[in-house]
Amino acid sequence: MTDTMNDTVVPTIHGSPPHPLREFWGYFSGNHGAVAGLAIIVFVLLMAILADVLAPYAPDMTNTSVALTPPFWQEGGSTSYLLGTDAIGRDILSRLIYGSRLSLAIGIVVVALSVISGVVLGLIAGYFRGILEIFIMRVMDIMLTIPSLLLAIVIVAILGPGLMNAMIAVALVVLPHYVRITRATVISEMSKDYVTAAIVSGAGKLRIMFSEVLPNCTPLLIVQASLGISAAILDAAALGFLGLGAQPPSPEWGTMLADSREFVLRAWWVVTLPGLMILTTVLAFNLLGDGLRDALDPKLKR
Amino acid sequence: MPVGAGDPPSGTSAGTSVVSANNLQQTYQIKRGMFAAADQLRAVGGVSFTVDAGKTLAVVGESGCGKSTLARMIALIEKPTAGDLHLNGMNAIAVPDDARKRLRQSVQMVFQNPYGSLNPRKKIGSILEAPLAINTDLNAAQRSENGRAMMARVGLRPEHYERYPHMFSGGQRQRIAIARALMLDPKLLVADEPVSALDVSIQAQVLNLLLDLQEEMGLAYLFISHDLGVVRHIAHDVLVMYLGHAVEQGEKNKIFSQPRHPYTQALLGSTPGLVGAATGLKRIVLKGELPSPLNPPSGCVFSTRCPHVVERCRLERPLMRELDGRQVACHEAEKLNSA
Repeated sequence: MTDTMNDTVVPTIHGSPPHPLREFWGYFSGNHGAVAGLAIIVFVLLMAILADVLAPYAPDMTNTSVALTPPFWQEGGSTSYLLGTDAIGRDILSRLIYGSRLSLAIGIVVVALSVISGVVLGLIAGYFRGILEIFIMRVMDIMLTIPSLLLAIVIVAILGPGLMNAMIAVALVVLPHYVRITRATVISEMSKDYVTAAIVSGAGKLRIMFSEVLPNCTPLLIVQASLGISAAILDAAALGFLGLGAQPPSPEWGTMLADSREFVLRAWWVVTLPGLMILTTVLAFNLLGDGLRDALDPKLKR
Repeated sequence: MPVGAGDPPSGTSAGTSVVSANNLQQTYQIKRGMFAAADQLRAVGGVSFTVDAGKTLAVVGESGCGKSTLARMIALIEKPTAGDLHLNGMNAIAVPDDARKRLRQSVQMVFQNPYGSLNPRKKIGSILEAPLAINTDLNAAQRSENGRAMMARVGLRPEHYERYPHMFSGGQRQRIAIARALMLDPKLLVADEPVSALDVSIQAQVLNLLLDLQEEMGLAYLFISHDLGVVRHIAHDVLVMYLGHAVEQGEKNKIFSQPRHPYTQALLGSTPGLVGAATGLKRIVLKGELPSPLNPPSGCVFSTRCPHVVERCRLERPLMRELDGRQVACHEAEKLNSA
C-alpha cells in the first residue's frame, strides 16, 4: 500500500493494484524463454545498429585469394576471417552482421505495413458490419486459402523481384491474420457499455473507432505483431533463397543461402551460418511473442 | 405509505416536463434464415409517461419485460419504431439538425455494470473530460477544472483523477460513471439498474448520492430497476411493465399501498420486505413462465398467468385507464380487492 487513504466519503480500496507496466514485467520476467528471446533480439538489434563499427570488412568486399576459407577454429582457418569466407572471398561474419540490418528492416517494415492496413480494414469490418464486412472478410478468406509462400511468389512474379516487392508480397500474405484479429476484438469491444457511453456523450464514429475501441485491441495486436516479425523474416528469407527477394550481392541471409548452396558439401560454413542466424532470430521473436501473449492475456494469468 | 421509507426530496423546479413519451414502441426484426420472413419481436409495445424536472420515474418489471429497451430509447441510443418522444421541449424523433447536439446533451445515462461502462485504457480524468471535448469549446485547463469539480461533487478525491478504472471498487466506479453522465449538465438521467451490480452496503451510498444530486441540480431520473426496495426509496412515480406493456403506473405511494393490477400485486407480493400483516399484502405465486415476446398472448398480455382471468381478457387488450388515482390496464381492476 503506497497511498494513505483516509477518505470518509467513500470507503476506498486498500492496497491499490500495481501499475500495469510493473504487473506486466512481473509476468513477463517469470517466463525465462521470453527473456532469452528478448536478449537475443536486443543483441541482433545492436549488431544491426553498430554494423559499421563491428564488421571487420565491407559486406561486398571480395578477395579471391582467400575464397572458401573455413572458420578460424578449423584447419586452414585464419583469425583475420573469423567465420570464414564464401566462394568469392567475402567475409561471412561481416555479411552476417550487415544482414541483420536487412532482416530486422524486413520484419519491421512488413509488420508495420500489414498491421496498419490490417487494423484499418478490421476496424471498418467490425464497426460497420453488413455488406462491407462480408466483402472484406471473404477476400481475406480467399487469401488464406492459398499457401502463403505460393501467394508471395505470385505477387513477386507480378511486381518483379527485389527486396521492396518481396516485403510488399509478404505483408499482403500475412494481412488476413491482422484483419481477423482486429475485427473479432472490435466486435467484442463494441458490445461493451463504455462504447454505448461514448455514443451517449455524442462521440463520432472516428473517435469511437480509434480512441475508444482500438486501444483495447492493442494487447492482441502486439502479440500477433511480434510473432509476425518472425514469420516475415522467414518468408522474406525463403523468397531470397528462391531468388525473388533481395538480389545479390546484398547480404540478406536468405540470399546468402541461395548463393552458396552449391558449396554445401565442401564448405559447410557458407550455408550453416546464415541458416543459424535465421533460426536464432526467428526463434527469439517467437519466444518473445509467446511471452508477451502470456503476460498480456488476462485469461492466461494465474 | 406502508413502511417508513424516506420520501425523496422534491426538485427545485418541479412542474416542467423534461420527458414526455407517447405510445413509444420498439419492434425488432428477427431474421430466421435467408428466405424465411423476419419475425417481429415487440420489445416495447406502447408506453406513455412524463417525467418532470426534479422527479424520478421508476420502471419496474421482471427480466425481459422491455425496461432496458425503454431506457435505451429514452437515452437516444435506439430509435423507437413508433410513438412520440419529447425531451426538454424538443421533438426527439424528428430532430432538426441544429438541435441534435443540444438534444443529445440533455439526456445522459448511467449503466448497470460499472466494470464495463468505463474504458479500461483511459484515466478517470480523460473519461470525465471526453464529453466536454466532444461537445464544448472549453480548453484543456477549463475541462480539467470542470472534471475535478465534478469528481469532488460525487465524493471522489482529487488524486483519483490520474488513475485507471481498474484501481477502483464497484461503488467508486459507479460514482465516476455518474460524474461522467453529469458533465454535460443534462436535464434527464437514465439510470439502468445503477445499483444492482453493487454490494448492498454500497447501494445505499450511491442511491443517496443520486438523491442529493437530484436535489442540487433539479435532475429528472428515469430509474430502471427490479428491486422494489430501491424503488420505494428513490421514486416519485412508478411504471410497472410486463412483456413490453405498461400495466400500471402512477404515484409511488398509491401503487405500493394499493396495487390494482394483478401483476403489480404479484410483484409486490413477491418482495419479502413488503409482505405481511403491516402492509396487508399477500404472497402471490404466479404460475407458468413469461410468454415469449415473439408470440405474445392475444388480449391482455398477462392473461396466461393471471389468477383473476376471465374470458374477456383473452379476447380484448385492456387499455390504460384512470382508476383510483393511477393508470391501470386491467378489465377487472374494479372487482379485485386490492391485496
